[in-house]
Amino acid sequence: MAGRLEGKVAFITGAARSQGRSHALRLAEEGADIIAVDIAAPVESIGMYPPATEDDLAETVRQVEALDRRIIATKADVRDPAALKSAVDDGVAQLGKLDIVLANAGVFEIFPALELADSAWQEMIDINLTGVWNTCKATLPHLIENGGGAMVLTSSTAGLKGTPNTIHYTAAKHGVVGIMRTLANEFAANSIRVNTVHPTGVDTVMIQNEKTRGLFLGGAENPTREQAAEAFEATNALPVPWVEARDISNAILFLVSDEARYITGVTLPVDAGYTVK
Amino acid sequence: MALTSNHEGKVALITGAARGQGRSHAVRLAEEGADIIAVDLCAQIGSVAYPMATPDDLAQTAKEVEALDRRIVTRQADVRDMAALQAAVDEGIAELGAVDIVLANAGIAPQLTSDPDPDHEQAFRDVVEVNLFGVRNTVHAAVPSMIDKGQGGAIVLTSSTQGLTGRGGDGSGGMDGYAAAKHGVVGLMRTYANWLAEHKIRVNTVHPTGVQTPMIENDEMTAYMEANPGISAALENLMPVESVEAVDISNAIAWLVSDHARFVTGVTLPVDAGFTVK
Ligand SMILES: NC(=O)c1ccc[n+]([C@@H]2O[C@H](COP(=O)([O-])OP(=O)(O)OC[C@H]3O[C@@H](n4cnc5c(N)ncnc54)[C@H](O)[C@@H]3O)[C@@H](O)[C@H]2O)c1
Ligand SMILES: NC(=O)c1ccc[n+]([C@@H]2O[C@H](COP(=O)([O-])OP(=O)(O)OC[C@H]3O[C@@H](n4cnc5c(N)ncnc54)[C@H](O)[C@@H]3O)[C@@H](O)[C@H]2O)c1
Repeated sequence: MAGRLEGKVAFITGAARSQGRSHALRLAEEGADIIAVDIAAPVESIGMYPPATEDDLAETVRQVEALDRRIIATKADVRDPAALKSAVDDGVAQLGKLDIVLANAGVFEIFPALELADSAWQEMIDINLTGVWNTCKATLPHLIENGGGAMVLTSSTAGLKGTPNTIHYTAAKHGVVGIMRTLANEFAANSIRVNTVHPTGVDTVMIQNEKTRGLFLGGAENPTREQAAEAFEATNALPVPWVEARDISNAILFLVSDEARYITGVTLPVDAGYTVK
Repeated sequence: MALTSNHEGKVALITGAARGQGRSHAVRLAEEGADIIAVDLCAQIGSVAYPMATPDDLAQTAKEVEALDRRIVTRQADVRDMAALQAAVDEGIAELGAVDIVLANAGIAPQLTSDPDPDHEQAFRDVVEVNLFGVRNTVHAAVPSMIDKGQGGAIVLTSSTQGLTGRGGDGSGGMDGYAAAKHGVVGLMRTYANWLAEHKIRVNTVHPTGVQTPMIENDEMTAYMEANPGISAALENLMPVESVEAVDISNAIAWLVSDHARFVTGVTLPVDAGFTVK
């Protein structure tokens, strides 16, 4: 059976692991070829969970190729517009065109607002906000050239609602919605659709670490996954602690498919009812 | 090929299923294996200028679902009449089993009239009764069977871009009521999403822009637009399309009620060619 994205090419940032890898595999399962980038290295102000590695990115490549799809993977930082542009241009040169863009790369840290170092604020904005715009800027010319396409920017429930101790993350994720709304208007005439997804907690290292568990548990020491599950569940309306990367991939697959051909400018929570609660 | 996972063995209650979007939803879910309880008034409401559905329309929906080898129970009932609606739903459940999916889709648009001097108060009352009370009745008629079954479920309420914006407002009783009721549907969705979460029943709204159905493809609508050029300009989409097709709304709904959206609840999903972001 033909896949739903047969013949399409997708660019994905932060594709080394977790959600980014899951998106790459989900789209590849449906027939898409992939252009992948990831920093695959530490980010200075992020200390609460380990960084993705070059091995992780290589594993994404292996798994996409196991699905018999092509993938061009580059180690690149979304803060570096030139590196992004050359990764995109090179991928398009090899795979022929670009239809889909997923701005997924991002980092997370927890600090009380007044204890946040200026440099940590700046680094967060540079990656989670400016990095998203850099991704759009590097890819839009190819989508225009293609005669249209679909972009999905990964925001967060923190892009719709405020929580303490995440000032830089929350500001950046709200800003991503502004990027989406502007581009949806500016490029509608080019048949480019732009939407955001807003995950609640996703079961990845970004939340499965001691510091994040501690935040949810009000500072408990050495909190376990089980203790954290209870606290996370209390924040959602549905009786689940977190969702799987695959759930975000399924939402993104719908948004970039032809079934959503008239959906643009939309903020789509995949959040177990976090924002409605 | 259908994008969403399949609905084999599921039962879907759909109101306003005689034609238009309701019929399209019935066919779309039946294609994926669902059996259908189809309810429609199949009669005219006084303040509605365009012709509403007929019993023949409802029979045509049944034919199309049966052609897909799925079962369908059709009933003529008014969503404003809780007793009649409950009886229809109960008969459907007796035949097909408990409900898994509810689509509260029935609606009217009395603002779309060529009459320069309509009965504004009547139009306001009618549209609020059908588009808001009717949605509440639909959910309450089905939910007890869903909770009893204990398998969770998914509910989609059909709102409109008029449930998120007031663009095109003209002070007529019909328009006032349509916008108020469609905004009210969002309130119902949000309170139901909280109410039903513990039962793993998800509740969302869809917000279509103009959809090519008999509601807007009729002489009354054409006359209304010609008489109100300001409104037709206000109702332009962001994407370069005048309107979308019923199947576009069905596709969004089919995704929302599928396992692919198993953690999506409490969401307002526009299918509006960028109307609300414009
Ligand atoms: N996990 C959650 O609970 C959660 C919830 C809501 C939103 N999100 C968002 O989802 C996205 C994916 O997160 P995840 O959960 O998969 O976490 P993750 O840390 O496992 O993955 C993020 C990936 O982005 C990469 N990355 C980080 N900075 C980069 C940079 N400057 N340039 C290029 N790549 C970079 C990382 O190396 C990593 O591979 C992020 O935008 C995150 O903010 C996550
Ligand atoms: N067509 C559009 O442009 C558009 C745009 C946004 C939202 N909507 C909404 O979509 C839904 C479906 O509309 P459609 O476009 O398919 O129009 P339609 O007129 O073709 O279908 C509506 C159906 O609802 C039935 N109905 C009306 N009142 C009823 C009642 N009291 N009890 C039972 N059934 C009743 C009608 O008989 C008809 O079959 C409505 O809620 C409408 O408000 C339509």
